[in-house]
Amino acid sequence: MRALNIIEAAYRGTLEEQDDTVVWISHAMSGAGAELGVLLRGSAVNYAVKGQDASGLAFGARRQRNAPAIAEDIAALPGKGIDVYVVAEDLAERGIESAEMVAGLTPIARGDIPRLFADYDQIWHW
Amino acid sequence: MATKTLTFALMDPPYENARSTTALRLIDAAIRRGHDVNVFAYEGAVGLPFARQKAHPNAVHGRDAEEEDHPLPREWVAALIAAAAAKGCKLDWVNCGLCVDERGVDEAIEGVRRGTPGDFWTMAEASDNTLVIPTRS
Repeated sequence: MRALNIIEAAYRGTLEEQDDTVVWISHAMSGAGAELGVLLRGSAVNYAVKGQDASGLAFGARRQRNAPAIAEDIAALPGKGIDVYVVAEDLAERGIESAEMVAGLTPIARGDIPRLFADYDQIWHW
Repeated sequence: MATKTLTFALMDPPYENARSTTALRLIDAAIRRGHDVNVFAYEGAVGLPFARQKAHPNAVHGRDAEEEDHPLPREWVAALIAAAAAKGCKLDWVNCGLCVDERGVDEAIEGVRRGTPGDFWTMAEASDNTLVIPTRS
């Protein structure tokens, strides 16, 4: 079986979690033998932008030592056999150029998403 | 109609929005039709079957705790587990263990088990379909 994780809700709890929970579960399930793909849409396309730096969070003397590095987590997915697609129109609407993105991702036009769905047995829209 | 196996992934914590109640309504409907149901409770949803939820009085309504009979999600989950058993089908509720640890909600009602994302994959793979009901901002 193959499942496609569509990630739309972006930066939800990422400072507390030190990652994105759906990107994380994609890595974790891959480790358990899952065959997955990931589609970034809406605000989550910003996960593809390299050079993000969420470090520096501190409350009193308590400093965060491991800030989320979501673009790196995304970039590591293809190496585990997880294809990552990014909705091209959502990138364009946010002014994100391909040169700003981490390597290994595939832009996809909205009109081509139904064909992408056909490659998967289940679609999970997070 | 042939019996199906359905998997639900839930993310919302209790008492935050109507999605949690909607998810339980869908699970209830599936059980009433005799379908087997798996639930993978991820992130805040692991609080749904937390055993230490307590009912409270409602001064605005002028009712004590017994009169108010405040809904507790753990009771709803327990009722669904009992309904599945009575119907002869299955409700397998798995709480993500790491999510439980993060939130300190490690006392779940009877019938709820601790698991991993691997359990979610196993359940989804063995199901006719999977519905993710995620948290939305």
